Amino acid sequence: MATRMVAEGLVSGLGDDARLLGGRRRADGKVVFPLPLGAGAEAYDAIELPREGTLWSYTVQRFRPKPPYAGPGDDRSFTPYAVGYVALPDAIIVETRIETDAIDRLRIGMPMTFTLQTFRTDADGAEVLTYAFRPSKEGDAP
Amino acid sequence: MTDVHIVGAGIHPFGRTEGRSGLDQGLFATNEALADAGLDWSQMEFAFGGSAAAGNADALLPRLGLTGVQFINVANGCATGGSALLAGYWAIKSGEFDLGLVVGFDKHPRGAFNADPEKSGLPAWYGETGLMLTTQFFGMKIQRYMGLHGITAETLGRVAEKAYENGARTPHAWRREPVGLNVIMSADLVSDPLTKFMFCSPAEGGAALILASDRKMRELGLAGPKVRGAAVRTRVSGSFEVFSPSLELERGPSPTVLASKAAYEMAGVGPTDIDVIQIQDTESGAEIMHMAENGFCQDGEQEELIAAGATRIGGRMPVNTDGGCLACGEPIGASGLRQVYENVQQLRGRAEGRQVEQARLGYSQVYGAPGLSAVAILEA
Repeated sequence: MATRMVAEGLVSGLGDDARLLGGRRRADGKVVFPLPLGAGAEAYDAIELPREGTLWSYTVQRFRPKPPYAGPGDDRSFTPYAVGYVALPDAIIVETRIETDAIDRLRIGMPMTFTLQTFRTDADGAEVLTYAFRPSKEGDAP
Repeated sequence: MTDVHIVGAGIHPFGRTEGRSGLDQGLFATNEALADAGLDWSQMEFAFGGSAAAGNADALLPRLGLTGVQFINVANGCATGGSALLAGYWAIKSGEFDLGLVVGFDKHPRGAFNADPEKSGLPAWYGETGLMLTTQFFGMKIQRYMGLHGITAETLGRVAEKAYENGARTPHAWRREPVGLNVIMSADLVSDPLTKFMFCSPAEGGAALILASDRKMRELGLAGPKVRGAAVRTRVSGSFEVFSPSLELERGPSPTVLASKAAYEMAGVGPTDIDVIQIQDTESGAEIMHMAENGFCQDGEQEELIAAGATRIGGRMPVNTDGGCLACGEPIGASGLRQVYENVQQLRGRAEGRQVEQARLGYSQVYGAPGLSAVAILEA
């Protein structure tokens, strides 16, 4: 099945080899996310950000956001999703959707792992992917 | 340099007023402020005004009178009203002007704000994938704060309970019915850990102030609170702000901390001197965090202070005496001026039903997207 990322320049690689992209400012080594594109991009080198980090904070989106949100379904079929910030060691804290079946077990400081998530399926059948993080030990007995 | 006084204050009740435009609510507030001072529009030498969603503030001119007056539109996110006040303050402080108007009004559609990534210099995917919501930011900021500083969900509930209690005593408030702690705590979550009663809603309203130099005030035989300090500050590197796809590992101070310090310095007073406090309460957690960011307590002390009723009217640091954003709603252009209006009422002893006894110093702070804060300190 056809898949595509929600935007260019977010990740490098595909599937299990995918990595979240950040930028390193050439002048001083400062790490940024997302990787700057367009004007000003030449001041940064693309870098792959760590796949593992810890949950810095989180919340749950309980109502379907208004546009420009372009997730699946409508107000009635909307499923709440978790979002949070994940601290990536020696790099940066990134905001992300959180993939989990157990929203109520999210805790600040828990280990998190980078993943790609099917965010919606377009009319042409193409799966639209975005980046996400999931609890590293999800699936283990609580 | 001259002192700056607020010699008139007017407000159009906040909430929802069907059939009345945002502009008309701004006009209502302006006329009320002029009447409060016993002045005529033709006497105004300048005006600064703002609205985020209800048109240009200078569209008031044909209705007020085309006097040729200097009228400058102000647009500064959620701190638009606070910024208009600051602009008016400096206009008089500079010695160029002696008498003028600051006004803010708005009328937002129902429901949460929908933000345009492009306007904030952010990529489209940030909005498309459902990360660009102010409600999420507030949920995450208080979630982390609660973890670090031992604030409980019940304290979030108590902040909202107090807001509706104060709103019930305030003629210009929108929510005028008390809401019980159990109802607040068991209501639907909007963005965890915050329930719908812990969030303010976009709303409608208008607020206006007449500013005068010391000399002009005496010449006109007027009186009113003195603006002792006023400051606007924006985010610095490392502060945790709304609409941030990433944060630096090293934390920096919030714009509120910076604006607060600057205003205290100008005023030559400190947090313990303040008698009545209006601080940004977009949601319950914001009021708790802003208590510390504005210097009224240390991080974590809110838990005990709020349980003991310190922030209620009659407590030792009354906060949001008119119910704040939680009870009044948030019309962006007017919200910061509503806080100052409330302090003017308190300092003039006109806050009937919610009066803080012998209030001499009033403090107000408005915070908002994209990460800025405006503080004003008034003296009776």
